Amino acid sequence: MKKLRQMKRSTRSRVFTYALVIVAFVVIQLLRTFKDGGVGSVLEGQLIPICAYIVMALALNLVVGISGELSLGHAGFMSIGAFAGSAFAIALQGSVTLSPLRLALAMVFGAIVAAVLGFLISVPVLRLNGDYLAIVTLAFGEIIKSIVTNIYLAVDGRGLHFSFLNDTIELADGGVELIKGPMGVMNTQRISSFVAGFVLVLIALTVIFNLVNSRTGRAIMAARDNRIAAESVGISVTKYKMIAFVVSAALAGAAGTLYGLSQTTFVATKFDFNTSILILVFVVLGGLGNMWGSVIAAAALTILPEALRQFSELRMLVYAIVLILVMIATNNPTIRGFFGRIGDKFRRRAPEEKGGAVQ
Amino acid sequence: MKKLRILSLALAGALCVSMLAGCGSSDQGTANTPAAGGETTPAGTETGSTATGAAFKLGGTGPLTGGAAIYGLAAQRGAQIAVDEINAEGGDIQFELRYEDDVHVAETAVNAYNTLKEWGMQISLGSVTSTPGIATSVLNYEDRIFALTPSASSPDVIEGKDNVFQMCFSDPNQGLASAQYIYEQGLGEKVFIIWKNDDVYSTGIKDQFVAEAEALGLEVVGDATFTEDTQNDFTVQVSQAQQAGADLIFLPIYYQPASLILSQAAATGYTPKFFGVDGMDGILTMDGFDASLAEGVMLLTPFNADAEDEATQNFVAKYQELYNETPNQFAADAYDCVYAYKLALETAGCTPDMSAEEICDALIEVFPTITLTGLTGDGAGITWDSTGAVSKSPKGMVIQNGAYVGMD
Repeated sequence: MKKLRQMKRSTRSRVFTYALVIVAFVVIQLLRTFKDGGVGSVLEGQLIPICAYIVMALALNLVVGISGELSLGHAGFMSIGAFAGSAFAIALQGSVTLSPLRLALAMVFGAIVAAVLGFLISVPVLRLNGDYLAIVTLAFGEIIKSIVTNIYLAVDGRGLHFSFLNDTIELADGGVELIKGPMGVMNTQRISSFVAGFVLVLIALTVIFNLVNSRTGRAIMAARDNRIAAESVGISVTKYKMIAFVVSAALAGAAGTLYGLSQTTFVATKFDFNTSILILVFVVLGGLGNMWGSVIAAAALTILPEALRQFSELRMLVYAIVLILVMIATNNPTIRGFFGRIGDKFRRRAPEEKGGAVQ
Repeated sequence: MKKLRILSLALAGALCVSMLAGCGSSDQGTANTPAAGGETTPAGTETGSTATGAAFKLGGTGPLTGGAAIYGLAAQRGAQIAVDEINAEGGDIQFELRYEDDVHVAETAVNAYNTLKEWGMQISLGSVTSTPGIATSVLNYEDRIFALTPSASSPDVIEGKDNVFQMCFSDPNQGLASAQYIYEQGLGEKVFIIWKNDDVYSTGIKDQFVAEAEALGLEVVGDATFTEDTQNDFTVQVSQAQQAGADLIFLPIYYQPASLILSQAAATGYTPKFFGVDGMDGILTMDGFDASLAEGVMLLTPFNADAEDEATQNFVAKYQELYNETPNQFAADAYDCVYAYKLALETAGCTPDMSAEEICDALIEVFPTITLTGLTGDGAGITWDSTGAVSKSPKGMVIQNGAYVGMD
């Protein structure tokens, strides 16, 4: 306990984030194994998407919170990851039979494709600032959506077939269609698992925390806080922003693959502007730069619409009201002060009690 | 300061209450059901009174809110009317119906399906629209819950699944029938297609239409596309059609964009013939649309609200009384679905205390053998083959004086 208090604030937050994720995972896993009926089929079906959204929120938090650039196209990276990863996994279905391995390979592939695209887009984009960047990323997300909607990809004995706009592929016997234009991807096997989702969340946390606490991370934050000052001490602002952006894109790609392989079917229009904004809402609600906030916000806001089903058609209205209330409540100085005072009292009292108990 | 603190407490309190309320539903879903049913359906009291375990639990997902809500609501209402009729009759077969919202998104449809599964759904009405339908049909197949979808028309919905059946004809069949109909009736010389290229439904119909037109020698002079985001303006597509000299525009799309195309074509003084498919159904009841623009529009639909037979007239009268609008084919399809279930369950001798899997096995046996005289069967009766595809013929309709009139 004493050790915990002596820690740096950032270290404490890191330990708390890991503990939060691990405890949540253990509790849910125990419920799933030992309780009759598990966590219920609704939550059961949402577990993997929740993991994917958490990773998305963490990835976007790296760009928005740590590097200070507004990206409105992160669903585009998720889309790339989902389509590339799923197509890869379906194509490998015959050769790699061990499904966790196939999932891992697909995620790596999805992450790489998304990272490459993230790099390409960041070359022109990160020379821009603020609003311009937001608009370019918004356009990027839309372009990805339009392109993916028109891609037809299939594989058979003769190799990979590709066509655009119209399905002109003539498959040999035993061929498999990987991406079917507007019909998206149809997974014959859903190989994503909750454990894989949990591992991906941990990987994302580790990557982000290590990045933030390194020299690179400090340079990224310096460039965020004062671009001119950072440049004056020799930090290449574009380079460091690019690092943050590409890492974020890769994580988003892996999250997309996890998501894609958990669904029976998904279409490109799923990853539209609304999804980008939804992820931004997770980040803003959880707090910019605050990783455990993103984890909680992503999980809570994914469950909320389903938990509100009893309001039937008023569901999304109630959802919006809850969102507004949470935003007000978490940002109101009075409420913050109120909880802060409770925290202080607790902290002041705790050492006394603790001390007494030890003696 | 003090006031602010009180306000903050009130806000936090409101939050907690709403959170708890949210949690409550998932914990005690079954206990809440009759009340929840009562909220959404005017005739809910009847449904509530039969929820004693002596009724089959029938569940379905559909877009009850959002852009495609008209289809989901129509299906829900049509099914509800059928359920109320059957329950009022008081035979051996009683139903308890629950529809959940899927906002026309596959992921939400899966959540909605899981909600229904937790509720204890024994037989399913699948999903109303195609993309969610593909997602939920896989779950239906895995969980062994029998599904008969009123209107998810993509062939992928039933492909490879022995326990998923369709009440509507499939997308390719609509394309095929449309091309044949236009050719045989000599409706147009030069056909132009405006289709939505991010939509399963539209793409499926268009592909088959083009293939069949080629085979028949029907000239397709061009096509133009749009997407979900660009369906607010069609001046470009309409002028493309005009420049191509088309005398018939084929619209394998839903009625909202179609209504815009009609009004924008009328505004430029371009008057080709318009030919739609079943998604066009609903255009006459659309808010803020001048129905006179739809004069002369032709469409293929399995259901005609102006039909003379007694069953149709009863259904239409009830629907108008309850919801103040004319039912479209989605409502009629869902209505037929419930009666098909009644017939099949009677034939198979199922009882409500059987598990979903037992009912599923029995229905797989029975469904290919029954013939339903439904609203959408054109008097000839509706049958299914063992793949789950329905056999019925689409009717050609033309809009005259604000109503559908049979074309032949």
